[in-house]
Amino acid sequence: MNGLLFLIPVALLLGLTGLAAFLWSMRNGQFDDPDGAAMRILIEDQDKPAP
Amino acid sequence: MTYIDPAAEWTEGTVETRLAVPDMHCAGCISKIERLLPMQPGIRAARVNFSAKTVIVTHAADLPEPDLLRAFDAIGFEAQPLHNAAAHERGQALRKLIRALAVAAFAAMNVMLLSVSVWSGADGSARDLFHWISALIAIPAVAYSGQPFFRSALKALKARTTNMDVPISIGVILATSMSLYETIVGGHHAWFDGALMLLAFLLAGRVLDEMMRARAASGAEALVRRTAPGAMRLDADGSSQWVAADALAVGDRLLVAAGERLAADGVIEDGTSRFDLSLLTGESAPVMLRPGDTATAGTLNLDGPVTLRVTAVGEARAIAEIARLMESAGQAKSRYVRLADKCSRLYAPVVHSLAAVTFIGWMIAGAGWHQSLLVAIAVLIITCPCALGLAVPVAQVVVCGAMMRAGLLVKDGSALERLAEADQALFDKTGTLTLGRPRAFGLEALDEEARSIARALAMTSRHPLAVALRQALGGEHVGPAALTDIQDIPGEGVRALWQGQPVSMGKPRESEVDIVTAGAEDQTMAVALDMGRGRRAIIRFADALRPDAAQALADLRALGLPASIMSGDRAEPVRALADQLGVDGEGGMRPADKLARLQSLEQAGHKPLMVGDGLNDGPALAAAHVSMAPGSASDVGQQAADIVFLGDSLSGIPKSVRASRATMRVVRQNIGLAIGYNALAVPLAIAGYVTPLIAAIAMSASSLIVVANSLRLRWAVK
Repeated sequence: MNGLLFLIPVALLLGLTGLAAFLWSMRNGQFDDPDGAAMRILIEDQDKPAP
Repeated sequence: MTYIDPAAEWTEGTVETRLAVPDMHCAGCISKIERLLPMQPGIRAARVNFSAKTVIVTHAADLPEPDLLRAFDAIGFEAQPLHNAAAHERGQALRKLIRALAVAAFAAMNVMLLSVSVWSGADGSARDLFHWISALIAIPAVAYSGQPFFRSALKALKARTTNMDVPISIGVILATSMSLYETIVGGHHAWFDGALMLLAFLLAGRVLDEMMRARAASGAEALVRRTAPGAMRLDADGSSQWVAADALAVGDRLLVAAGERLAADGVIEDGTSRFDLSLLTGESAPVMLRPGDTATAGTLNLDGPVTLRVTAVGEARAIAEIARLMESAGQAKSRYVRLADKCSRLYAPVVHSLAAVTFIGWMIAGAGWHQSLLVAIAVLIITCPCALGLAVPVAQVVVCGAMMRAGLLVKDGSALERLAEADQALFDKTGTLTLGRPRAFGLEALDEEARSIARALAMTSRHPLAVALRQALGGEHVGPAALTDIQDIPGEGVRALWQGQPVSMGKPRESEVDIVTAGAEDQTMAVALDMGRGRRAIIRFADALRPDAAQALADLRALGLPASIMSGDRAEPVRALADQLGVDGEGGMRPADKLARLQSLEQAGHKPLMVGDGLNDGPALAAAHVSMAPGSASDVGQQAADIVFLGDSLSGIPKSVRASRATMRVVRQNIGLAIGYNALAVPLAIAGYVTPLIAAIAMSASSLIVVANSLRLRWAVK
């Protein structure tokens, strides 16, 4: 029983973190352009490594 | 992402504009736009959204729209300004629903975890603890995620009607408050898990449904967008300035450069040029207009600068008339009642009365209000339409995904329902049955030198025939020849010097055309190539039939949709084509004639499918029971149509019909499954045998079966 009192809040907290992460990524536009994100990885950047 | 030095010369204000760029295909296009666009004058940054095929451009506040479009042109892309905020609002509504779904699903999973312990035998203080924790999770989650239903139910009740959301709201609220009461008194059963699972399933259905709704932007809006946003006005003192389209007045004199669209109707005062009227008439051959001729807004000036005296602006323009026709024609379609709505209209009263009868029945039987209410809640939860809410949208989303992979873009879920009912097909000719662009043939007769000169000359002109020639020669391994002194003479052609000797390409003399084409085709559909070798070479063009048009029409007939042709073109070519394909055909029809034909067909009880592309088909596309347009269509055609098919092949039309019929079959099966599940579970619920455990199993099992059945549609597009 004591274990439960400890484990249930931990489980809920982990779940809430996942929910918050999802809501954040939606608000942050992570799902706005899924096709573009897949394409952008193929773009060859002309950026040079920092000196 | 383009990196911008913040210290650059951007001190004045910048604004953001969203533009549609339909022809982005690859990572190369993204990087090209984002890297090269900021190098254009007045533009600071560009950000591509590949999924939506739009670009957000950050530019100087005083950069006029034409310059913005020209900047895209300079890097090789065609952009269209997006003036509507409607799509953005729809995105917001969808986002709200997804957030509600995320919260409901999170809460449902956690409460379910606790409920499983209760069902497996936790009792005494452990059960009470679990119930209290469930209550703490469930009450805020219901308050948040239930809002879309509560709001819609409240609206319905205020209007003294009832809809699907009323029993849902009553069920969820009653279940939650009864469970809270049970928790406080230390009862055996709490329904928190049921209420949350119900919300999660229903919200999943709503999210899918929202994704399938038609975009709010109407075709009429796109139509007016096809006219130029403004024009160069010539003032009395000879100076000229850019004026927005709604500031133009009748009597203004406009200077229209080659390659520009007209912003207003007018009479040509000075200059001669060919105009592309295909937006209005659908005819691909350009028409020569001279001083005194009228030109309408939205047509494209091809060759040379002309001066235009404005005769009509704003709502008085011919194009606005078509927009009005389209708007009124589209209203009939918006009255279409979708199958899911038909079902829920019948369903809601049945659910209400079942729950009420159960409550009264148990009260009469002397069970006491507490017991009776618990049983009534079980009935409400069990009958709530999880599976029914998923039945239609899941099937539509799955089939639309499959159709999209086959190059068929469905813009509205109800289009599939309407397409499955279609019993007749009407086709436009130019651009729909035919490719709608002239194709050069007989190029093999030219030697390599002639081909390279022709290619170089064609590259200097914007004329449709030059564009067609450029495309035809572009694929061959013949580079363009180096030319000097290039002259573009309106109405005549292009002239240049090649290795010191004059070469030209342009309108053939009538005698020349007669020899080659024997009057079979329009004389404007040929060009003469003069290389100073005496006899000029004639290159002919024709608007070719789409490769599998005959097969597609035969397939449609086999599916029970006899086809006929309805064209704005002259009667003879239409009849020739109709005979070739073995269907009925009528030519010389104006947009209003097409609209009238469709309306009389619908009054006679037919459900016509209209396939068209041009602006002149806009009203007909909007009025038809269901409509399709090729990807090459004007954006008016694409906006007005329910389904857009990409590529040159017409086989997408019979494919879509088959897919839509398969969808409706699956949808009916789904509704049958959902009702069958209710027929089994409701008697149990009324009898009082349903515990939260049974409700949870029944709800998820019925929803999963419906989803699994819909997934079969992944392979329905063939």
